[in-house]
Amino acid sequence: MSSVEMWRSLLASEDRAADEVVTHARVRDVQLPYGAGRAALITLDNGHDHTKPNTFGPRGLLELNDALDQVAGRDDIVAVAVTGKPFIFAVGADLKGVNALKSKDEARAIARLGHDVFRRLGELRVPTFAYINGAAMGGGVEIALHCTYRTISSSVPALSLPEAFLGLVPGWGGTYLLPNLIGAENALKVIIENPLAQNRQLKGPQAYELGIADAMFDPADFLEESLAWTARVLKGEVAVERRPVDKGKAWDDAVAQARWTVEGKLHGAAPSYVRALDLVAAAKDRTRDEGFAAEDDALADLIMSDELRAGLYAFDLTQKRAKKPAGAPDKSLARPVTKVGVVGAGLMASQLALLFARRLEVPVVMTDLDQERLDKGVGYAHGEIDKLLAKGRVSADKAARLKSLITGSLSKDAFAGADFVIEAVFEEMSVKQKVFAEVEAVVSDECVLATNTSSLSVTEMASKLRRPERVVGFHFFNPVAVLPLLEIVRGERTDDAALATAFAVGKQLKKSCVLVKDAPAFVVNRILVRLLAEIVKAVDEGTPIEVAERAAAPLGLPMPPFVLMGLVGPAIALHVNETLHAAFPDRFPLSENLAKMVAAGKTSVYRPDFTLDPEVVEIFSGGDAPSTEEQVLARALRALAEEIRIMLDEGVVGAPQDIDLCMILGAGWPFHLGGITPYLDRTGISEEVNGARFLEPGVASLPR
Amino acid sequence: MPRTARDVVFVDGVRTPFGKAGPKGLYAETRADDLVVRAIRELMRRNPSLPPERVDEVAIAATTQTGDQGLTIGRAAAVLAGLPKSVPGYAIDRMCAGAMTAVTTTGSSIAFGAYDVAIAGGVEHMGRHPMGEGVDPNPRFLAEKLVDPSALVMGATAENLHDRFPQITKERADAYAMRSQQKAAAAYAAGKIQPDLVPTAVRSAEKGWGLATEDEPLRPDTTMEGLAGLKTPFRVAGKVTAGNSAGLNDGATACLLAAEDVARELGLTPRMRLVDFAFAGVEPEVMGVGPVPATEKLLARNALTMDDIGLIEINEAFAVQVLAFLEHFKIADDDPRVNPWGGAIAMGHPLASSGVRLMNQLSRLFEERTDVRYGLTTMCVGMGMGGTVLWENVNWEGAK
Repeated sequence: MSSVEMWRSLLASEDRAADEVVTHARVRDVQLPYGAGRAALITLDNGHDHTKPNTFGPRGLLELNDALDQVAGRDDIVAVAVTGKPFIFAVGADLKGVNALKSKDEARAIARLGHDVFRRLGELRVPTFAYINGAAMGGGVEIALHCTYRTISSSVPALSLPEAFLGLVPGWGGTYLLPNLIGAENALKVIIENPLAQNRQLKGPQAYELGIADAMFDPADFLEESLAWTARVLKGEVAVERRPVDKGKAWDDAVAQARWTVEGKLHGAAPSYVRALDLVAAAKDRTRDEGFAAEDDALADLIMSDELRAGLYAFDLTQKRAKKPAGAPDKSLARPVTKVGVVGAGLMASQLALLFARRLEVPVVMTDLDQERLDKGVGYAHGEIDKLLAKGRVSADKAARLKSLITGSLSKDAFAGADFVIEAVFEEMSVKQKVFAEVEAVVSDECVLATNTSSLSVTEMASKLRRPERVVGFHFFNPVAVLPLLEIVRGERTDDAALATAFAVGKQLKKSCVLVKDAPAFVVNRILVRLLAEIVKAVDEGTPIEVAERAAAPLGLPMPPFVLMGLVGPAIALHVNETLHAAFPDRFPLSENLAKMVAAGKTSVYRPDFTLDPEVVEIFSGGDAPSTEEQVLARALRALAEEIRIMLDEGVVGAPQDIDLCMILGAGWPFHLGGITPYLDRTGISEEVNGARFLEPGVASLPR
Repeated sequence: MPRTARDVVFVDGVRTPFGKAGPKGLYAETRADDLVVRAIRELMRRNPSLPPERVDEVAIAATTQTGDQGLTIGRAAAVLAGLPKSVPGYAIDRMCAGAMTAVTTTGSSIAFGAYDVAIAGGVEHMGRHPMGEGVDPNPRFLAEKLVDPSALVMGATAENLHDRFPQITKERADAYAMRSQQKAAAAYAAGKIQPDLVPTAVRSAEKGWGLATEDEPLRPDTTMEGLAGLKTPFRVAGKVTAGNSAGLNDGATACLLAAEDVARELGLTPRMRLVDFAFAGVEPEVMGVGPVPATEKLLARNALTMDDIGLIEINEAFAVQVLAFLEHFKIADDDPRVNPWGGAIAMGHPLASSGVRLMNQLSRLFEERTDVRYGLTTMCVGMGMGGTVLWENVNWEGAK
């Protein structure tokens, strides 16, 4: 039975894919210019506006198949073309539907269906043209790749094959067709490199430059010009020239290079990248049939893998939960923020001032007691704006406006009229309490006071105020302009209006906000420090640093633990560790060696050339019970499982999903692990340590 | 020092195919501004020797200047068309003669020396903006009997015209209309119209994207019998029908005007020279007779008679209005000088855009008819006006 027949009967007999938002394939004849003849133009359109892009599930694929049936039999057309709805070409498979696939047979069947339908575009009697008018991802790009020719709009904002990022491979033709079209090196940029770089997207001109499209036109009359180009191609007036594909050493070298990058970044933790690489490597010598069959196999395996389900879970968290924070109070309670105060003029304060000015576009006043420091702080923010101007990221007018928004004052009186004041002063309770008291004397009763503390109690910080209900924690991650996470901390007395205002501001800052209870070190730092403490402990016991460093590799973290420590700074790591030790002495032991390292003024265990600093090695020497990599990893994971369970029991966040969201967005933990809890569940560590999983089977793993 | 007027030439003109207005029409789900933007872009593309920054003005007419025909449509269209931001633009309204007025106004500015090159055109999406949308006529019009109550209903003014010229029967009007359809069909078959049509993308949520490549209103198979059977919606037992009138249409036009010396400098090839123009007012309830006084005024000023005119492109809002013009100038109903390739009854009349369609066709006719020196484009205008432009064929053989 063909895949088409199989899905037809499957959909007819069961209530399958009933909630699929079906992308329709509308066929309409067009008379090509220059007397080139008649073409059938297929429009992909799911009937919604651009906020709900075209995707493909089985029903949509069957509709496209019907459309191709309709045109395949005709002898009065000279070409078939495919384009999208306004602003959207198609963004690939319906991920919700992928999650619903129950068996390997079904997974293989959807892989085959995609191939069987899309490949017809490359096998019709007449040439086919894809007009990539808007966003194109995954299967959307693959539809275009199956066509004989492609045009692209210069305004396409995003084109990608994000499959490996999610835990799949571009398996509806992508791994075979793309390298054979543009060569392995360029294809791997799209299939491997960009997904590895936080799912980076290509813009229209970049896709054109890579050779993905044969012609590029302005958006204003993209379709008309694409049709005119089609006519000229058909009449032989335009010769489509493509760069020849080197199927020799260049192909193998490109694959080897990408393999090295993937291994270096992921240490074998994400099977999708490896599968994609294998497919591209082999695509050189395979026939279409062989190439597509190999993709079917890969998709069948990967769709039925926990890694993919975790990836989809993570994707859903960042796309949905990150935008609608769980537990946030009603938006309508938020008060408008028309002026912002920043207490302090250090580096963090300057970065905050810049961020608030850029995103809120309201006056931002920085204060400091020292004129020189104040000038430096304001100067830093203004300097960063100049850099943005130099890079063309803002216009001269915008730069002038932003600079005029950021001012400094020696007196906190300048905060009068501010609706939101954030402090970024020295991490010391008494200092922060004093600062807040001074601010409260100047500002209105409604003004929200926020603290960027990474480890102090928000409740305690508010306790001496006249109106403690106005205080919230606003914990950013460094660099604040880049990392998308914002932990918003509710103190014991924080009221809904202050909290709602904090969430509204967080959203305006374009941060993904997670509501966190006022607990030591909140979420990300607590988990990272627990991991680090466990690894440092292993080193204290005599495990060589390089062994401990390698131990966490299977987690595919953005950087090994000691590199992270160097980035954060051992002094800060120690400080957070001390805070956590004070709260939970058993689980967060203090490392004397770490304290010594800080005292010795060491900022990293590495020297600038990335070799271990012998003096640091010396500090950590003396242990007599070394562990193996496996042992270090095992104890680290057990520690994480324990800590996260305790955090959930304490109500630090509402659900494991929030932990995962925090780790993905705040610490860059990989998608294919789904953050951390799916990994702990999958490896059985949650049950071993806590007697239960964090998430039910099927949430971020295959259903059982 | 006295100022010297410069010669102004019509270099090139394009238009979108015209569509039928209404929910089933070609452009039902296509924006008006997108139509005129497409026309402007094609105009620029066809004249690659013109540096875009040399365009000094973009004047675009629309009768209903709101929604997608609002926002100072000339300026909005210039920006959307990707012309440099340094190129200004404005909106024009003289109802049906909007694009014609855009040409005469920018043309005059070129002659005056204020511009070197201008784009003039018009757009009307009567599906999205039915005639009279949002108007609020001053009650004094009726209270003080300034105009007849029928003056604002164009079909009724056409019926009034039949009253004024009783010798123009319904049969004559129908015969004229049928000939217009036949002439248009013949011109299409001979490929006369297509070169200046801009294939235009159309979208329908139900049918997907398509491409408009020819005028939708055409009815080449029109017969006298068929016309005789049509309803007369404006009057019981009237004479004006959908068959002997232009329809309600959507479309856009744009043309390129330049000072003759600048055209030469930029390597642009002129097709005709703007000699003079005139607008005149008439009683609003017989607005269709407007071209008569406008043309009289123009001919008199230029010491010409109708005998000097070799080609006439007259807008066919209604057959009776064309026939009234022909009667006045003692021209036969089927005179070959008049609308040789058919007119608005066949192709459509998206109000403010039509003036440039007349010019496109006249300029192409001039290319073929080097024996002709002068031609007219003329049209009647709602609220009782007429406008006529006198053009000289740059390829007139008598000049060589």
